Amino acid sequence: MNSSDEPPRPSRRRVLAGAAGMATAGLAGAARANDANLPPNVAPWSKAMGDGVAVRPYGHPSPFEKDVIRRDVQWLTASRESSVSFTPLHQLDGIITPNGLCFERHHAGIAEIDPHDYRLMIHGLVDKPLIFTLEDLKRLPRVNRIYFLECAANSGMEWRGAQLNGCQYTHGMIHCVMYTGVPLKLLLEQAGLKTNAKWLHVEGGDAAGMNRSLPLAKALDDCLIAYRQNGEMLRPEQGYPVRLVVPGWEGNIWIKWLRRIKVGDEPWYTREETSKYTDLLENGKARKFTFEMDAKSVITSPSPQAPVKSKGFLVISGLAWSGRGKVSRVDVSLDGGRNWHAAKIDGPVLDKACVRFYAETEWNGQELLLQSRAMDDSGYVQPSKDDLRKVRGVNSIYHNNGIQTWAVKASGEVENVEVG
Amino acid sequence: MSRWGERFRQSWILRAASGSVRSRESGNPVPCEAALGPRFRGDERKLWLAAIVLLLMNLSAPTLAQSPKPQNYNIGSPATQEQIAGWDIDVRPDGQGLPPGKGSVRDGEQIYLERCAACHGEFGESAGRWPQLAQGKGTLASHEPVKTVGSYFPYAASVFDYIRRAMPFGDAQSLTNDELYAVTAFVLNLNDIVDDKFVLSKETWSKVKMPNEGGFYDDDREAAEKAFWNSNPCMKDCRPPVKITGHASVIDVTPDDKSIRKGGVE
Repeated sequence: MNSSDEPPRPSRRRVLAGAAGMATAGLAGAARANDANLPPNVAPWSKAMGDGVAVRPYGHPSPFEKDVIRRDVQWLTASRESSVSFTPLHQLDGIITPNGLCFERHHAGIAEIDPHDYRLMIHGLVDKPLIFTLEDLKRLPRVNRIYFLECAANSGMEWRGAQLNGCQYTHGMIHCVMYTGVPLKLLLEQAGLKTNAKWLHVEGGDAAGMNRSLPLAKALDDCLIAYRQNGEMLRPEQGYPVRLVVPGWEGNIWIKWLRRIKVGDEPWYTREETSKYTDLLENGKARKFTFEMDAKSVITSPSPQAPVKSKGFLVISGLAWSGRGKVSRVDVSLDGGRNWHAAKIDGPVLDKACVRFYAETEWNGQELLLQSRAMDDSGYVQPSKDDLRKVRGVNSIYHNNGIQTWAVKASGEVENVEVG
Repeated sequence: MSRWGERFRQSWILRAASGSVRSRESGNPVPCEAALGPRFRGDERKLWLAAIVLLLMNLSAPTLAQSPKPQNYNIGSPATQEQIAGWDIDVRPDGQGLPPGKGSVRDGEQIYLERCAACHGEFGESAGRWPQLAQGKGTLASHEPVKTVGSYFPYAASVFDYIRRAMPFGDAQSLTNDELYAVTAFVLNLNDIVDDKFVLSKETWSKVKMPNEGGFYDDDREAAEKAFWNSNPCMKDCRPPVKITGHASVIDVTPDDKSIRKGGVE
């Protein structure tokens, strides 16, 4: 780690001048203003100069935002190398996830790859097996696309009832960034597909050798070989230097640290697409190749980690997305799904990307049962948890897109609840 | 996620509900002028445009390609057979990709006890929170499904390919081909899928029949969940008054987060 990776430290002068402010920074919600900095007084930052340019060569968030971080749930998995951390959705707005806050899911830890030693191999049912360097990939025509990536197990802990208190934990296995990369179709054309090509085996270079079978039709439709997120190179946690982007489909198939694409004529039935990422139903049979992430939404504020702080005017805010197309509408309910009102969507509405929605209300301490319901341009409507359980039972772990309920109490505290 | 299943326990005014939606398409081509950038102004800009027009008219000079048609960019190097062989480790259910070699249940037991049992248990029963490999037959339709190699995996390839690329955890791709065949044979034997004398190899591959091979079917959500497509969802009095039936706070498994102030209003 070089010095530019360290979060900025306030200068000595500022520590001395603003000690009271810094001391309470860690208490976040409990922080109180320092009267010495409030009008009519003049705060030290209005009198003394601060850091100059390039003192912070790679900018980091303010030290006062140090609670805005990915978090994990340690009892979920046996080790942190094969585990997940969650995006702090309750502390974000808009649709773009900052690179350092994108949730992580690794199966054998982060592969740290020197870009000079990176190679992507394409072989199998092709005319010319090829190897690309990172520089090769960067020379090819590229596109920029904003897509959400949701783990199929997002909300998987909630199938049997409300369990985790916070949208970071119930819905935080999602992020939405702009990718820059080469269309997979273009790369496959360089190798030349044989006429019997139908499936691809896509494989990561990590110590799990993460591998999945990808139907060729999807590969030729909208998949990308991405090397940038939000303009900068992919973060190591997100597959640096190259990952597969499979818009709208479950995150497990978005292979990180992509090292190899083998073209074949049938699927491989890898461990990840059989013993994992299959949806076990009540009758003991399981759906396989359930790739699309159905329309889903969640209210990010208020939510258990983001309680209501004031009576009066209240903006309810959330995220919605669909793996089947564009979000066409989001409804919000304050009474547990009995009555619904269309929310306002603000910002870009893009294919297979997150949208941001808002609903405004007056809150005077009454108890609320907040819900949101997403619809997409295929006509799909996000189902209630009970309707989903009627079809799927409670064993499937994956693809839980049921409507979330937050109970707002008179104190402003918010809790994850089940309703019936 | 490994074995998450076992942890499962269990009038206001709405303003500005305009529903207005702004839509922007991603990937619009950048207009040519914008691509020149603000640096070029006035005469300088005209000169540049003239130069570009001249370039475009001269067929022997480089041109600006706009077409996304299939095109060979002559980028990338041929992959040699030797390079491919080093990375080509995937194995399909039909045996495509199986390496040379063989391994017996007996040899596999020794390797398993040394390299696998610390996490997976001596009998595949799991140590702690690591994946259970054996038992679980007949549990898939219950409310405590136990997904193991014997109860759930559809093909031997799903096991063999995974061990080959990812196991032992933290020392991946360290087993020889013979060790790989042997340890796979032992895991199958733990599940009573092959007998104690079995030797796994390319030749005996097709003799392995997994109990749950028929337990999977293709995604049928668009048919089975057709009711979720509804162009006119209910907006008013959609259900009887709602009651809270469960609380996450009662289960209390959420990690402590000192940054959260529980009570909101001051």
